[in-house]
Amino acid sequence: MSSQNAYYLQLALRALQRNPVLTTLMVLALAVGIGTCMTTLTVLHVLSGDPLPGRSSDLYYPQIDPRDALSYRPGEEPMGQVTWTDGMNLLEAHRADRQALMTGGSVAVQSTRNGVDPFFEDALYTTAEFFPMFGVPFRYGHAWGAADDSSRARVAVISDALNRRVFGGGDSVGKVLRLNGAAFRVVGVLGDWHPSPHFYDMYVGSYAEPEGVYLPLSTSQDIKMDHNGPVDCWGNGGGGPRPAHTAPCVWLQFWVQLDSPAQVAAYRQFLVNYSAQQKSLGRFQRPPNVRLRSLMQWLSYNQVVPDDVRMQAWLALGFLLVCLVNTVGLLLAKFLRRSGEIGVRRALGASRRAIFMQLLIESGLVGLAGGVLGLLLTLLGLWAVRQQPSDYAKLAHLDPTMLLATFGLALAGSLLAGALPAWRACLIPPALQLKAQ
Amino acid sequence: MLEMREVSKVYRTETVETHALRGFSLKVDEGEFVAVTGPSGSGKTTFLTIAGLLEDFTRGEYLLDHVNVHGMNDNQRSRLRNEKIGFVFQAFNLIPDLNVLDNVEVPLHYRHMSGGERRKRALAALERVGLSARLKHYPAELSGGQQQRVAIARALAGGPRLLLADEPTGNLDTAMARGVMELIEEIHREGATIIMVTHDPELAARAQRNVHIVDGMATGVSEEPRFHPGLRERTAGDVSLPRS
Repeated sequence: MSSQNAYYLQLALRALQRNPVLTTLMVLALAVGIGTCMTTLTVLHVLSGDPLPGRSSDLYYPQIDPRDALSYRPGEEPMGQVTWTDGMNLLEAHRADRQALMTGGSVAVQSTRNGVDPFFEDALYTTAEFFPMFGVPFRYGHAWGAADDSSRARVAVISDALNRRVFGGGDSVGKVLRLNGAAFRVVGVLGDWHPSPHFYDMYVGSYAEPEGVYLPLSTSQDIKMDHNGPVDCWGNGGGGPRPAHTAPCVWLQFWVQLDSPAQVAAYRQFLVNYSAQQKSLGRFQRPPNVRLRSLMQWLSYNQVVPDDVRMQAWLALGFLLVCLVNTVGLLLAKFLRRSGEIGVRRALGASRRAIFMQLLIESGLVGLAGGVLGLLLTLLGLWAVRQQPSDYAKLAHLDPTMLLATFGLALAGSLLAGALPAWRACLIPPALQLKAQ
Repeated sequence: MLEMREVSKVYRTETVETHALRGFSLKVDEGEFVAVTGPSGSGKTTFLTIAGLLEDFTRGEYLLDHVNVHGMNDNQRSRLRNEKIGFVFQAFNLIPDLNVLDNVEVPLHYRHMSGGERRKRALAALERVGLSARLKHYPAELSGGQQQRVAIARALAGGPRLLLADEPTGNLDTAMARGVMELIEEIHREGATIIMVTHDPELAARAQRNVHIVDGMATGVSEEPRFHPGLRERTAGDVSLPRS
């Protein structure tokens, strides 16, 4: 810091101490605005964040429209899930760099440890490339392979939490886990993996916790495990927890990894061709109607962030604006009340720029104090959010980005609020001191 | 030191034009002590604000220490004001929450001077006005005369070429006024150029030369400058004020 700025800082501290009531009012106004704004912005940030940074841009969610022609409206969105037949067709076509088919479920877990009663655990039935495609970290072991999918192997990957609960932690690869009464060999234990939102299967809840058990989809079908999530049928579709593989029902999610724009274009064309082929075979009745959304587009399309959270963020920004306008008024009153001192300083050789800088540093100091208090209010606000019953409430924590943003917003806000009063004050004519006498 | 040629100042509002100075000319040589007198509203203070670069003029020419100030921007005027001019105000205009030493250091802060140099100059100036013992006092703890001495020390600390005083004894009782005037005369004897605005004929009589302003025009300039005892003997080497 230059000696000049150090001098302005010293003057600012003195000026703020001179009128503690006014200073407190300004800091409070800013802190309340910052606290409210950052609470809602943090919730918005957490909810609208990228669940797989660095990887999400290569992940796509294909959609096709296998419904019958009844109530067909051109331009209508295709189905959000796929049928068993289409899922398996797309999976086996291997047109993407990686692909995975999945659906949620629930399994009864029986532990061999003393004192641990059987319990239900959320499961995901999927295919082998789910793990490398989403970059799922492993603490022990590895994912199952394509051969396990084909052979309907009784293998399982479990979460770290389930590993601790069932086996007491440690390397449990090779151990036997009893699910719904059947024995499964543990091939992998996951590391820390909490993608938020629960993007790959939002039908079990946008902010659901990751599953405890991951099983081959083919195996889950082989031993008729119940599936969780919606089943949308048309025509003579039956639905239920285990829809028939041939039923006209969608209940599976299908993801692909496409590493280049050319592959994205080619895959989109493949979906069109596939739809046309299915129509010519008589399975599809509608003209090809496909979508290929990236992960973030898929989240946006599904409006993962609740409308009330967006509304609250806008309201909080409005409130911050009101607080800033209030601070502008208080700073203006404070600075113009010191027109005498400012006039003297100008007469003694202070340029307009020097006065502007001095007052701006004073505003910045108010902003810094407002930021610190605002941060405490933000933490309090987030704690209050976490007490709410909504499914995303538990995610409301301040991360380093938002911590920096809090101070950035406080400083930017106070400097913005201070700029106009400082500018007005530095225009005070230096002749004022002579003329006023 | 200071030369104004046909300087005019017009204040304009939507409906009224006020001519505060009309073709005002004045030349003040280095080392002179000039008193500017005139009735209220005559333009004395306007002259002082223009001379002190606190205000621009409408027409004419103004040379300060041979530098034409016309067209200078705010930064240039501020720097020139800071380096060449010292102000003594009628109401002292000390900053209330700064102590004596900090008040005297104020103009030096705008000169990007080191802390040590600033302190040295401020202490010398305060010693010069006899207030070395009051460094940590605040303005409210000083008498009017002492406050004006601090203001004079503040004006002297930067080593100005020109000291502008606006009714420097106007807010003081007789005894204090006498002390302050004696100090100003002493500073002049040491070589400073001083222009003092006053409406008091007795004070004006103590200057070397009087300029009388009426309706924004200089109506009377004494032909024969009066020199203070000792001034004739002054040489350049006698100037003891600190220079920047």
